[in-house]
Amino acid sequence: MLALAALSHALRLRLARRILVAAVRTTVQLLLIGLVLKVLFSHVHLGWVSLMALIMLAIAGREVMARQHRRFSGGWGYALGTFSMFLSSFAVTVLALTVIVGPEPWYRPQYAIPLLGMLLGNTMTSVALSLDRLTEGAWQQRTAIEARLTLGHDWSQAIAHVRRESVRTGVIPIINAMAAAGVVSLPGMMTGQILAGAPPMEAVRYQVLIMFLVSSGSGFGAVGAVWLGSRRLFDKRQRLRLDRLH
Amino acid sequence: MHLWPQEEDQGSGSRLRAENIRSHGLGPVDLSLDRSECVCVSGPSGAGKTLLLRALADLDPHEGEVLLDGKPLDAFAGPEWRRQVGLLPPESAWWDDRVGAHFPQEDKELLPALALPPEIMGWSIARLSSGERQRLALIRLLANRPRVLLLDEPTANLDPASVERVEALLSRYRQQTGTAILWVSHDPAQIARVASRHLRLHGGRLVEAQP
Repeated sequence: MLALAALSHALRLRLARRILVAAVRTTVQLLLIGLVLKVLFSHVHLGWVSLMALIMLAIAGREVMARQHRRFSGGWGYALGTFSMFLSSFAVTVLALTVIVGPEPWYRPQYAIPLLGMLLGNTMTSVALSLDRLTEGAWQQRTAIEARLTLGHDWSQAIAHVRRESVRTGVIPIINAMAAAGVVSLPGMMTGQILAGAPPMEAVRYQVLIMFLVSSGSGFGAVGAVWLGSRRLFDKRQRLRLDRLH
Repeated sequence: MHLWPQEEDQGSGSRLRAENIRSHGLGPVDLSLDRSECVCVSGPSGAGKTLLLRALADLDPHEGEVLLDGKPLDAFAGPEWRRQVGLLPPESAWWDDRVGAHFPQEDKELLPALALPPEIMGWSIARLSSGERQRLALIRLLANRPRVLLLDEPTANLDPASVERVEALLSRYRQQTGTAILWVSHDPAQIARVASRHLRLHGGRLVEAQP
């Protein structure tokens, strides 16, 4: 990192300070997380794990909102993203822990936190992309949506074309990631396990499991967020209410 | 010539009644349309004609009461109201590349009345001229057989021959089905041709126009 900063200085890129600040931040943040995890792992209790999970969810929810160009006003933007991530990520994580991985107890933090982290990280991206596409699409195509309303279509039919595009936008990156896995780069979790000395075939099995879990979790998250978001765009008379967006 | 099924109740009487309509600076506006009546509305740009039509079609939240054949708006579900009270905006919008996708029954009976070829159902929207789009949008709306038509400058982009065809079609539709029409127009000659009453919207209020 020091070498990179020095190079930046030599090339007059003016990035040296940002590189060094980022390096320090990464180190500090990860050290802190390491400490938190150390404490969490030594006190195995559903309450603490749940608290950690909810904090992770809250931060993910904020990230989703920050990435939207047009947001739902009045806290709905935060609520929609967070709720869909909660439903999809938590459901898939609990399923994975209880049925597939099966540690004792099922909420053992060594398994629960990393699994949830991976799920939230990827679901966050899918939900952010699809909600952004939904609100942007609804805005750009408002005359077409209202044209359908004037022809007596209900809210779901009227926004159907925008909804489809939005879910596709959220799900396609995951499909691409699955296609590239193992061929373009070794996924992170597998890398970690191999570095720790696990046999490659064992690591691969876990990686496949993770990719399927993450893909389905993200997919469900995107579908849920788009459905809830598109419902929010219409009022009880099924009128398009773009005034509900900033 | 296409014939629409006649309405059962042939009596005259109020088809659409609006009371104390307010919406985004428009109003209060009162309005009444009888069966088979055609009323024109004109007014300066920005007076609120489009707002009025959108409020009557329940596209915008608004205050006031609107009744269709005596039944209040709230007694209908949103989509059901909008099927009965059909709004035609000045610019049509299309959500699929193919024309036919917008017509559930691909009903071709009205096409000749507006000088449109039957093959038009298979065309792509991009291929249509603005006049063709406008005429198709009207046919698309009439497929629902609305009881009230709210027309926002329906002939603005049309050549004189097409204007005549549209006016003739609407007149026939109105007389055969008892539909009431509220027609926004800037053309005094057209207003004289099609309307039995002429209202002016000015400063958010609706008044009878001076002849």
